[in-house]
Amino acid sequence: MSKAPAAIEAAEANGGPRATPLILLVDDFVDNREMYAEYLAFSGFQVAEAADGHEALAKAFELLPDIILMDLSLPGMDGWEATRRLKQDERTRGIPVIAVTGHVLDGHAEGARGVGCDGFVAKPCLPEALVAEVRRMLERSRSGRGGR
Amino acid sequence: MADPSGRLSESTARPAVGPLPPSGRPLPGAGSSRLDLLERLLAAEEARGCAEAAVSWLSDELGLPGLVCAGLAEDPLRLVRLASRGSRAKQFAIALDDPADPFLPVLGAELPVRFGRGGRNAPEAPFQRAPFVAFPLHGLAGGAPRPAGVLFVAEATRLGDAVASELQWMCRHLGRRLYQIWTGEQLRERERRVAREQRLLDGLLDAVPDPILLTDADGQVVLANPRAEELFAAGEAPREGRVQAVSRNSLLFSSALTQRVLAAGEQARRELLLVDPADGSDLLFELLSAPVAGEQEGKGSGVVSILRNVTDLRRATEEIEENYRRLRAAELDIRAERDRLNLIIRSVADPILVTDPAGAMVLVNEPAERLFTSSQRPDGEGAPTGTPGEGEARGQAERDNDAQLSSFVSTLFSAPPGQRWRGELTLTDPATGAAIPMEAISGRVLSEQGEVTAIVTILHDQSEARERARLYREVEAAKSELEGKVRAATAELVHQNELLRRQHIELEQASQLKSQFLANVSHEFRTPLNAILGYTSMLLQGVYGPLDGRQERGLRRVDSNAQHLLSIINDILDIAKIEAGRMPVRASEFELPELVGEILSELEPLVERSRLEIRRELADRLPPVHGDRQKIKQVILNLLTNALKFTPRGSVAIRVRLAGEEISVAVVDTGIGIAPSDHQKVFEDFRQVDSSPARPYGGTGLGLSICRRLATTIGGRIDLASELGRGSTFTFSFPQRWRREP
Repeated sequence: MSKAPAAIEAAEANGGPRATPLILLVDDFVDNREMYAEYLAFSGFQVAEAADGHEALAKAFELLPDIILMDLSLPGMDGWEATRRLKQDERTRGIPVIAVTGHVLDGHAEGARGVGCDGFVAKPCLPEALVAEVRRMLERSRSGRGGR
Repeated sequence: MADPSGRLSESTARPAVGPLPPSGRPLPGAGSSRLDLLERLLAAEEARGCAEAAVSWLSDELGLPGLVCAGLAEDPLRLVRLASRGSRAKQFAIALDDPADPFLPVLGAELPVRFGRGGRNAPEAPFQRAPFVAFPLHGLAGGAPRPAGVLFVAEATRLGDAVASELQWMCRHLGRRLYQIWTGEQLRERERRVAREQRLLDGLLDAVPDPILLTDADGQVVLANPRAEELFAAGEAPREGRVQAVSRNSLLFSSALTQRVLAAGEQARRELLLVDPADGSDLLFELLSAPVAGEQEGKGSGVVSILRNVTDLRRATEEIEENYRRLRAAELDIRAERDRLNLIIRSVADPILVTDPAGAMVLVNEPAERLFTSSQRPDGEGAPTGTPGEGEARGQAERDNDAQLSSFVSTLFSAPPGQRWRGELTLTDPATGAAIPMEAISGRVLSEQGEVTAIVTILHDQSEARERARLYREVEAAKSELEGKVRAATAELVHQNELLRRQHIELEQASQLKSQFLANVSHEFRTPLNAILGYTSMLLQGVYGPLDGRQERGLRRVDSNAQHLLSIINDILDIAKIEAGRMPVRASEFELPELVGEILSELEPLVERSRLEIRRELADRLPPVHGDRQKIKQVILNLLTNALKFTPRGSVAIRVRLAGEEISVAVVDTGIGIAPSDHQKVFEDFRQVDSSPARPYGGTGLGLSICRRLATTIGGRIDLASELGRGSTFTFSFPQRWRREP
């Protein structure tokens, strides 16, 4: 599914942040996923994609992305469950997860934080707004790591 | 003593011999014997002893065989036999008051009288069949002879002169001595009698419980009985108080006596208050005084006074009067009570009867009379009128009634005590013949000994009560029927309510479903919109290469319409959320200046585009607010957006201040304004005042409607003041400290 899997560099290979951060984009609606992927790539990020929870987990463990953008309503394993498992796993615990959802009813944002999401973005969200959020999260993540 | 001499001459006792000649010569050898006799006569103190001495001497000295000496002994009217010799007449006596006595003449005679043998007129002869001579015995009193007795000498042989003379001598002495003894005896007897009477009188006086005093003409007390002495005599070694009391009593008594001189035979009666010397208490006496005619020591008449103690008497009198008065009062009470009772009995409409143990009616009131006795009353108003058959029917009805009552009452006389009896009788109205159900209540009247003296029976007509009971039952039936209907109706109502409730629940569920549906729809809208907006934005940014002018214009139209569609979807979603109750109040503490700053910075792009400025007019020292920051922010943001949107030129201001316990946020613009008639309209859903398709202002028309809903949710409100063409002022007020409604 991913457009440039070969281009993805392993994070652990050089033991530090990638020069080009890898974003794992999880969304079952292909138009949106590809739109964000194109814009993220356009904005200079490496992008990996997943269409459901199981795939998201597999990609996350395999690639250890710098940021995961998680749609919450997914077929099969939903975004909440996937996030919970990511946050319970040693390998992926430190990866920031930004929930992206079209459900804006009360409780969604809180529910997302409850399972370990680090950010929350409501759809519709313009690609540039999403990118801005990603950059902000990366900045925070880096400074947090730098602080360690 | 009668003088019988006049009759003696014609006496039946015809003397057989003449009077014996007096003899002065004593019988030979009689000298010492005579002296002896005289001594014995004088020595004798009693008449019998004296007579016995004489008879004994005559018998011994003169040898006379029959002698009877009769004389005065105890009885002054009878001469009784004192001594005798040779006489069988044991009870011989001469009645001095009997004129027929044959021996009376002897007493008046000077000389002896001879009575012949067997004289026909000789009664109770002292000697059996023998002639005798009766010698009168005389005493001397005041120089005159007084009869003292008779000596009968039997004359078996004719008495010789010497013997007669001797007899006469002796009779002279015997007579005098007998009379002497008699008179002496009489004197002693009188003295004894006087003494006895004196003792009797003294005893009598002493025994009288009332004080009695005899006073002489000078008022000096001559005689006083012990009771009087208690009052008037100080006695020996008296106390001081007693002396005073006694002297005071004496003074009072004297003055009472001397108040008036009493005429003979007159009695005076007055009250006298004295002091009891014993204890000083008052004693009330009634003083009765009467003059006493007497030769008391040769002086004038004295006065006898009797004091009757009436202290207790007066008290008793007063008590009797009091008791009498009470008795009268009680009697009046009883009479009033009885009148009242009668009145009550008469006024009671129920028949009342009092029956005695024999079953007879003692007392009946008028209603009772009508039932039991009206046809028996001759004058009665209830007396039978009309045909004889009718009267007969009446009588029969009354007899039946009477029989029923009697059998009811008769059980009571033998019943155990202490209870009332209640029974049901069906009597017949004598006037109409109708049956009357009666309740009978009887009580017994008991005497003090517990015997039944009467029975009081009250009858109560049950007809009305039964009619009432029947009506009551009907009412009850109607009521229960009604209750049944009400119950049915209630059940129906409950059923309807249940249906309504279910419908309500269904509606709620439907409402929930609607909200859910809206939420889902909005999500489904957003997902494609996201792609539209996203790709449009990317195209406009030149991600896919540069655009020419027309392409860019077209894309911007797509973009703005997509934006508009998004805002409509967002607003609809907000309303749905509010109405579904899914926008709960989340209160937190925040500062208003900070919030306003945040809002203004978010509005900056819009402000820039509108070329207006927003004036901040915040009051000093605004307190921190406790409320739902998100909702407050949304409302203010919306109001400011509207103000900017509808104000072509001029200014927009936001004024924040504290009014009491409320925060008031006024958004003031100099825009187009709203006509008063449209003030309510602007808060309605999908409403803009200008709803024409060509309206110049964008927006969904849901903003104010959402604002108002949000304001209400947090306990606030939005007020509008505006005039067409003169700008508008929307004032958003909300509590400075939000409290959940109870």
